[in-house]
Amino acid sequence: MSKVRVLVGTRKGAFVLTSDGKREKWDINGPHFAGWEMYHLKGSPADPNRLYASQTSGWFGQIIQRSDDGGKTWHQPGTPPGEQVAPGGMPKGESNKFVYDTSAETGKPLTTHQFYDGKQHPWEFKRVWHLEPSLTDPDTVYAGVEDAAIFRSTDGGKNWKELPGLRGHGTGPKWQPGAGGMCLHTIILDPSNPQRIFIAISAAGAFRTDDGGKTWKPINRGLRSQYIPDPTAEVGHCVHHIAMNPSRPGVLFMQKHWDVMRSDDAGDSWREVSGNLPTDFGFVIDVHAHEPETIYVVPIKSDSEHYVHEGKLGVYRSRTGGNEWEALTKGLPQSDCYVNVLRDAMAVDSLDKCGIYFGTTGGQVYASADAGDSWSPIVRDLPAVLSVEVQTLA
Amino acid sequence: MTKVIRVVLPHHLRTLANVRGEVELTVEGPVTQRSVLDALEAGYPMLRGTIRDHVTQQRRPFLRFFACQEDLSHEPPDAPLPDAVASGKEPFIVIGAIAGG
Repeated sequence: MSKVRVLVGTRKGAFVLTSDGKREKWDINGPHFAGWEMYHLKGSPADPNRLYASQTSGWFGQIIQRSDDGGKTWHQPGTPPGEQVAPGGMPKGESNKFVYDTSAETGKPLTTHQFYDGKQHPWEFKRVWHLEPSLTDPDTVYAGVEDAAIFRSTDGGKNWKELPGLRGHGTGPKWQPGAGGMCLHTIILDPSNPQRIFIAISAAGAFRTDDGGKTWKPINRGLRSQYIPDPTAEVGHCVHHIAMNPSRPGVLFMQKHWDVMRSDDAGDSWREVSGNLPTDFGFVIDVHAHEPETIYVVPIKSDSEHYVHEGKLGVYRSRTGGNEWEALTKGLPQSDCYVNVLRDAMAVDSLDKCGIYFGTTGGQVYASADAGDSWSPIVRDLPAVLSVEVQTLA
Repeated sequence: MTKVIRVVLPHHLRTLANVRGEVELTVEGPVTQRSVLDALEAGYPMLRGTIRDHVTQQRRPFLRFFACQEDLSHEPPDAPLPDAVASGKEPFIVIGAIAGG
């Protein structure tokens, strides 16, 4: 029988939630890395027991963790369990080094971006926001980092190299941090074209490579943002998240700072599909596993008030690829609720019916085993949830 | 001359290094912040980058170095540490800034 494994990153540790295919009874395992900010955990599609996790701290910096047994045990890549290489029997850690590429050979990547005050500011590595394992190779994984850049490891997270063509694209001086920092938070690998990757940055916008990460181009035509001097500029847009159904990789859905957007040409152009949403500000967006025109968002009241609309937590579903939205509230709090749902905190499983999962800044992780028609909390009192990913296991 | 130095790490770094209590390090030559941290990272490589930046080797801004009731955070990295640290009588303390507790 199928199983699902939900990987939850929180402000104070990671949790692994497991259930059978009914998705009614859950085992809660954690906290892993107690007290650390766990920005993101994700499993390899090529080897579901291979998990990667971003463990980070304002005090101690960035740590990459890896599990090869589905989250039971973890180690820093380069430190296989049982291997003792240093005096005293300590494992050897070497996975945490993220150094921007400044070499002349790779295109002289830009060295400054716009800061909050409009002045130019040097790139400074802060943390890994998102880890995206390769679709085919468990040892290849991409990392989206703050200050915005994309790195790749091809040895299971042991060593990381920047793909400098993104920062070298030429628009870097116009990129600027959003409220959460200048982060590269979305990485989508095209299952039909291994050379094509989509990424998104707050606040620069969306970019695409068609040559495996060597060169990148901004794909923001159609976006309109009043918070930049030219609302339709090539870059500078605060894209919060992008989602794709793997069966239709040319169609992308975007939750922008304000506005829900859609592209039918792999990002070359976008049109707004906010329709009848009560507010089109928000962070998460995701697509049903089997119905590529069914999409989900969680409207947030505004960019000044980062909590749900009217004190009611509601997931909104469109079965028409946008514009026409219905509120899904069964099982969700409908009064006195003031949580947020952050950009990487929604995921879908691939069971039938499709399961939808999201976590809140109030520490609840909600699940729907019926494509959003009804919801129940898996767990209610975790630390603030930063990310939710789900694995569907045979 | 070989000396045994005692180092106190903050909770999260003890967890990361899988140690309890103080760490004892063997340091050859002069006992300085740099030589102590070099020995620490050699023995516990998973701590590389968590106390000093990977590239610049500068102390991470939210960490401080204390010893013998003094704040040594802003001392030059190659300045000798107090004799009491070099003799193992007092520990070299790596501590997180309280900010954000």
